[in-house]
Amino acid sequence: MLAWTIYISFLGAVALLLLPKGSVVSSRILALLTAAVGFGITLTCFMQHRTGEMLTITRVPWVPTLGIEYRLAADGISLTLALLTGIIAITGILFSWDIADRAGEFFALYLLLIGAVYGVFLSYDLFLLFVFYEIVIIPKYFLIAIWGSTRREYGAMKLVLYSFVGSAMVLIGLVAAYVVAGAKTTSLSELAQFPFSLHFQMLAFPLVFVGFAILAGLWPLHTWAPTGHVAAPTAASMLLAGVVMKLGAYGCLRVAMTLFPLGLAPWGFRVLDIGSWRDVFALLAVIGIVYGALVALVQKDFKFVIGYSSVSHMGFVLLGLMTLNQIGISGAVLQMFSHGILAGLLFAVVGRMVYARTHTRDLAALGAMNLNKAIPFAAITFVIAGMASMGLPGFSGFVAELMVLLGVWRAYPLLAVCVGFGLIVGVVYIWRALQMAFFADTSVESTPSQPPLPPITLPERIGAMILIGASVLVGLYPQALLNVIVPALNSPLFEGLRKGSRQ
Amino acid sequence: MIAFPWITVLTAMPVVGAVVLLAVGGQNRNFARWTALAFSFAALVMTLILWSHFGPASGSLQFQERHIWISALGAEYRVAIDGLGLLMLLLTSIVVPIAIIASWKIQERVALYYSLVLILQACLFGTFTALNFFHWFIFWELSLVPAFFLIKLWGGPRRTSAATQFLVYTMVGSIALLLTFLAIFLATDKFDFIDLAAMAHNGQLMPAVIAKMAWHRFTPAHLALLLLAGPFLGFAVKVPLFPFHTWLPSAYCEAPTGTTILLTGAMSKMGIYGILRILLPIFGAQMQIVLTPLLWLAVATVVFSAYAALAQKDLKSIFAYSSINHLGYCFLGIVAVLKFTGEDAALNAEKYAALNGVLLQMFNHGLTAATLFWFVAMLEKRSGGLRGLDDFGGLRKVAPVFTGLMGIALFSLLGLPGLNGFIGEFLIFKGSFPLVTWATSLAVIGLLITAIFVLGIVQRVFSGPLNLRWTNMPDLTVGERIALAPTICLMFALGLYPQLVLGFVNSTVIQIVQQLTY
Repeated sequence: MLAWTIYISFLGAVALLLLPKGSVVSSRILALLTAAVGFGITLTCFMQHRTGEMLTITRVPWVPTLGIEYRLAADGISLTLALLTGIIAITGILFSWDIADRAGEFFALYLLLIGAVYGVFLSYDLFLLFVFYEIVIIPKYFLIAIWGSTRREYGAMKLVLYSFVGSAMVLIGLVAAYVVAGAKTTSLSELAQFPFSLHFQMLAFPLVFVGFAILAGLWPLHTWAPTGHVAAPTAASMLLAGVVMKLGAYGCLRVAMTLFPLGLAPWGFRVLDIGSWRDVFALLAVIGIVYGALVALVQKDFKFVIGYSSVSHMGFVLLGLMTLNQIGISGAVLQMFSHGILAGLLFAVVGRMVYARTHTRDLAALGAMNLNKAIPFAAITFVIAGMASMGLPGFSGFVAELMVLLGVWRAYPLLAVCVGFGLIVGVVYIWRALQMAFFADTSVESTPSQPPLPPITLPERIGAMILIGASVLVGLYPQALLNVIVPALNSPLFEGLRKGSRQ
Repeated sequence: MIAFPWITVLTAMPVVGAVVLLAVGGQNRNFARWTALAFSFAALVMTLILWSHFGPASGSLQFQERHIWISALGAEYRVAIDGLGLLMLLLTSIVVPIAIIASWKIQERVALYYSLVLILQACLFGTFTALNFFHWFIFWELSLVPAFFLIKLWGGPRRTSAATQFLVYTMVGSIALLLTFLAIFLATDKFDFIDLAAMAHNGQLMPAVIAKMAWHRFTPAHLALLLLAGPFLGFAVKVPLFPFHTWLPSAYCEAPTGTTILLTGAMSKMGIYGILRILLPIFGAQMQIVLTPLLWLAVATVVFSAYAALAQKDLKSIFAYSSINHLGYCFLGIVAVLKFTGEDAALNAEKYAALNGVLLQMFNHGLTAATLFWFVAMLEKRSGGLRGLDDFGGLRKVAPVFTGLMGIALFSLLGLPGLNGFIGEFLIFKGSFPLVTWATSLAVIGLLITAIFVLGIVQRVFSGPLNLRWTNMPDLTVGERIALAPTICLMFALGLYPQLVLGFVNSTVIQIVQQLTY
């Protein structure tokens, strides 16, 4: 049944293109219905899936001579991320309710992107996974280049170039693995069981890991993220930061780390106290956390603050993966979910609630508008989203970052202190943006000539409620997700990783 | 009776009030005010019920609720109260109605204001009852947010920098606190305060934590001190202790007076509460190693803040610094208890006295400071916002009742026997003197300076020639007198019969002291 999330999204996209021109309202409703059905299916499967084990959904031979299968499967990790995709898909449409310009095409591309993302999360065959991974890039480009703002062609092109470079690295690594393993199969589990030599893994691991990690915003290859997020229309930035960055992190965990666990083992020599790829990437992740936070601190553009905060928060995901202990990795998966929800919410406030009304993202200009009185709902939503994003307890971000921190204390105690510094900066940049945008001290009462801003609409309110609700729910009862994530990490697929971490 | 989740309901009630206010109280200001007051009184009634059912004889935890929550993080939902917790609940539920009444004249966004006050109350209740680090920290951190916005949105002219300073200081302390508890959790898989205290008492805790943290350049002794530094910083900022106090005067002065009442009356006790509940039982052995520096900190806090209060011209500023001074006595009493571990009956009697004094002082200071800031609010209402020491003069001629009642509160601050302020300070000094003689002697300077500035206020505001600007200043109205009566009566009651509080905290005090033997 879960496979239908992919098909329904694609079918919805086709149906939207078939709608007559100018039928804006019906295309919105059709898109929302499609996303809601997709989410409903995911939620049902999530509820039924008690154990978190890998369950095959569909298995059909595709290119038998090459050993390629059309095989979809889901475990706790893919279900968690599919659930995230469903939530972001629905709320993204709610926050794009005002799009009137070529609405049918917009929502068709949007659903195409959603379908492909579901596909990546549910693929069990590496070839299939790669196909879906490439499909994601196309709608991404058009969504930004056609409906975007500020330097949209530049942002879209940069995003696509980075994505293709990453894909190329992944492809080389995977083809090499396929050939070395005897060119018999592209199944993830069978390749993971093949005893690749230590030497090969040491070379292939960084190639595939970096290839995926580019999309997860690994410093210093993160620069596509802020420009791309800023240029994109609201729904697309929600999807980019909320879900697409998770594709990269998911690939790192599901493909790079399971296929080449020995790539994480020590090199046998140390340079500057760095003795393995694991140390290298952990260090880069921490730099990403601190650097992203510091850069967010000095931005003048509201959306760039959120863009760089995504780099900082995705650093937690990568760092959690590099701890190689159960609490750190499950924290990383939880952080993927949490950041997806919160980045979606933050971009929704900045892009839709504020920018679409004020037509400026300059923090100083926004400060003069006295926004906390003009659109109080946006101010309250941003306060809550900001609290969650800075990791205040009670929200999903706290549990996730806490678990990652616990993992890091175990693996790299000194880095944990650096992360603590990053957390403090995280508080400051959110609070700075909050004060400048919504609660600035206006010496004179705001200019009376300014026309009143349109009020926050019902779809926006519903969308914000859904996202806040999800974050609080996970914050207060993370067990709901951990119950499927932890067994998934204990499954045979990650056995190599567990063995490797003990070395 | 036991099955009913009293504490959970008590914590949830203000939240319900806040939601009701936000949902329906948008337009009608009076409705919002009365709703908030009704909810705060309901909370007061509930804490009084808890008090009447509390068994004072045993120092153990009562009204306990315990449920498994997040097994991967060792997080349990565990709430209970002992004498200390009950005392703090009572103080909070007395201070919040005062704050609500003192904020009556606020006109802007009343519903939002009161809902923030109620959320802050819920966070305080949560902090004072939670026994597992995980959800204790939730309440501890969340309490910052309503406090921040109360200062930021309704504060005075320099509110933005005051609110930001407040938030950043406290946040830095909290993160340091969090890091230490993560290190402890990694070694022990425990977040439960009671379990951790038991481990510390047996001497198992620190070796276990240090064994996990193999940082080659540090010796175990240094590592233990490093671990202590985290929570110490968190609580020292909150109390605040001397070098970490600079956020407090600006926050108290810029906050609207109703909020200042909440900050000083209830929120400032979170720091001392944290030291008593967490630092002392879990890190007692490490604190003993640095006993002398801690004593210096206590003395510096007491003396410098009193001296700073003497130099202020603004009534709110004076009371803000005097707040630091009074909490400094609490810290002195706590540190004194750490001197001389071992079972010595005579010394233990002194320790019980000092710690009983600390608890009494926490309650008394909350009550007195809240009342004093309330008087400042009433003065501001009459003077149109003026509250400088030199703006008034001779008020006793035009407002004799005001003068008399505020005089009582001022003398309670000064520590006059017969009023509530005396007995707490007396017990702290009596207990601390034999334990840490030099520090206690130096701290007496603080008492002297307090007497000087309190008398200075009486002289410059109330006596002397009447400032002609205020010839028409109205005295207290009947409504104000009725509202003030219970707090003034409570000051006398506690001053004359301190057993009212000591009766139910004593067994908790004995338990805390006995856990400090290693």
